[in-house]
Parts: sequence; structure tokens; C-alpha cells
Amino acid sequence: MTALTFTLIVFTVSGLAGFLGALTGLGGGVVVVPALTLLLGVDIKYAIGASLVSIIATSSGAAAAYVREGYSNIRIGMLLEIATTLGALAGALIAAHVSTHTIAILFGLVLGQAAWQSFRGNGADSGPVESDKLCTRLRLGSDYPVGDTRRAYGVRNVPGGFSLMFGAGALSGLLGIGSGALKVIAMDRLMKIPFKVSTTTSNFMIGVTAAAGAGVYLSRGYVDPRVAMPVMLGVLLGAFAGSKVLIRARVRTLRLVFGCVVLTLAVEMMVNGLLGRI
Amino acid sequence: MNDRRLETLIGNLLRIGVLSAAALVLIGGTAYLAHRGAQPVTYKAFIPGPQSQRTLGGIAASAAHFQSEGLIQLGLLVLIATPIARVVFAAVGFALERDRLYTAISLIVFAILIFSLLHAV
Repeated sequence: MTALTFTLIVFTVSGLAGFLGALTGLGGGVVVVPALTLLLGVDIKYAIGASLVSIIATSSGAAAAYVREGYSNIRIGMLLEIATTLGALAGALIAAHVSTHTIAILFGLVLGQAAWQSFRGNGADSGPVESDKLCTRLRLGSDYPVGDTRRAYGVRNVPGGFSLMFGAGALSGLLGIGSGALKVIAMDRLMKIPFKVSTTTSNFMIGVTAAAGAGVYLSRGYVDPRVAMPVMLGVLLGAFAGSKVLIRARVRTLRLVFGCVVLTLAVEMMVNGLLGRI
Repeated sequence: MNDRRLETLIGNLLRIGVLSAAALVLIGGTAYLAHRGAQPVTYKAFIPGPQSQRTLGGIAASAAHFQSEGLIQLGLLVLIATPIARVVFAAVGFALERDRLYTAISLIVFAILIFSLLHAV
């Protein structure tokens, strides 16, 4: 395969990755890693570096729109980033001492359950209007655009969300992939935040978690310019398109897309865990 | 300063960050493909690239000589720096809002980020 053909294939696949990543708040790693390793036979180390680039590009590319439109909640994002970045540090520290195969399989099961719940969900946003006491003190409640108006929402259960976010960070430190799924689940299920706010705030956060690990991957040579170039450009275009679509999309549709991507991630995790590739 | 203004500022920062990163990667990528687009490539085995693609100094020197790989890596560095700059912007914005709690929260996130980055290299 010539460099030009390789670049064009990776660019196209990355466009899809950025589009789905921006719609679901999961980043593009779910698509980029298997496409590079299985389809193009690229070594997993290059794929991990490319995945990191795709996460940061999706996050910043789509968040530019989401933050300006008032979907992402900056306060929630900042508060929970303490948990994810600390979790990522903890995950990286214990990575040498635990069996990542087992963790990948368990994580796959958790994601399978989350996908099942998204398919069954009725698509309604169950977000309460009232925040609980702690969330009121932390000023986490806000409003977000629905049609032409802005709808107010409250936030619940910060301790639960914070703990799950720590787990999400630890998983990204251990497995290098998949922390976006737990972030959305923590905000949507535990903290009762509206689905669009959950996915766009997750999207806002994943860039920071990924940037924390960028130094390691860059200095080890995982981020190869010839592989990362089409990934970054493709993902960015896809993420811009995805952010335009999310604003008009129905919550029911978004939950279905989220469920499909999470199910794919669940299968990837379990297969990689069982084959000992992670 | 209020939350809406802070959101607009952060949104603009992210946009400028990704667009300048994309411009550098696009220039480097076009030069790379123009010179070596027809050559066969394979990434089956992992071979770490030269130091000029893996260290800050190496990347800066390579980009200054307009080498295509150096320009791409410089663009990727700008991309990686964007979320970190966003945390700093938020800290300053919350300080201007006189919101002490969220200024402190943003600074804690920044400290953890810097610790992770320094620990890594």
C-alpha cells in the first residue's frame, strides 16, 4: 500500500470516528483502534497513539461548538475532572500490578449492560428540575437549549458521580481506552443530568484526561506523524459535522447511537481481554 | 465576567487551538504526501521514530527547518496543549467572576495535569 492510499483510508475512517465520537461523547478510539489494527494491520502501539490524538481532536473540535451553544456544563466538567485525572494517575501507577485482561473483560460486561439500558430507555430526559443540597451549594444546576428556549435542570448525587469518574479515569490509565462511556453513564444515570448535557460535558472532559497521558505516548514514539496526520484531520472534520447534527438530533436517536457504539466497545473489550491483547 | 462570557471565551480558545493545529498538520501532511506519497508504507512492526519526533526540542528544531514530520508533530503538540490551556483559561475566568471555589477546583485540575505530564517524560 502506498503512503497516499494509507492516508486516504485512515482519513475516511477517522471522519466516521470523529462524527460518532462527537455525537456520543465517547471520543473516536472505539472506531480508530480496530480500524487501524484489524483493517490495516497497524501495530497496536501506533494505534494507541492515534487513538489519543483522535480523542483530543474530537473533544476540542466538538466542544468549541458545544460550549458556545451552552450545552457543556463547565462547572460539572471541572469538578469531575479532579476525579478523572486523579483516577488516571492511580490507574497508570497500578497498571503493572494488576491483570488488565480480567479488567477488560469485566469492563466489557459493564458496558454490555449499559448498552442494553440505552436500547430499552424511553428516550425521555428524566433530569429533575431541583438540585439536591450539595449540588445547589456547588452551583452545578444550569440550563441548556431545547428548540428555541433554554430548559433549566438540576443535578443530583455528586459523591456517586465523583466515585464513578475516578473509576473512569483509572480505566483510561489502565486500558488507555473507553473512559468516555463511564463518564456519560455517571452523569446520565447517577447524577440525573439531561442526556445532551451528559454527552457534551463528557466530550468536553475527555480531552483533558487524554492530554494527561500524552507526554508518555509522545516520548515513547507511539504518536507517529505519518499515522496521526490523517487521523487528526479526519476526526476534526467528522467532529465538526457531528456537533452540528447533535444540536438538532432527538434524544431517542442519540441514545440508540450511543447504545450501538457502547455495545461495539463492549465486544472489543471482551475480545481483547480474552485474547490477551490488552 | 459571567458564565456565558466565559463559555464564549473557552469556545473561541478551543476553536483557535484546533484550527491552528489543523493548519500545521495540513501543511506538513501535504508536503509529506507530495514528496513520499507514492512510496509503499507498512506499520506492522513498531519502530519508534527519531528523537526529532519525540522530544519538545527535537520537534521545534525539525519544524523550524520546515521538515514535514516536524510540522505535523508541532501541530499535534498544539492540539495536546489546547485542553491544558482551556483549564488555565477557566481558572482565570472563575477568578474574574470572584468564584473562589471554582478557581481552586480549576487550579487543582491544572496541578494534577502538570504532575502527570512531568512524571511521564
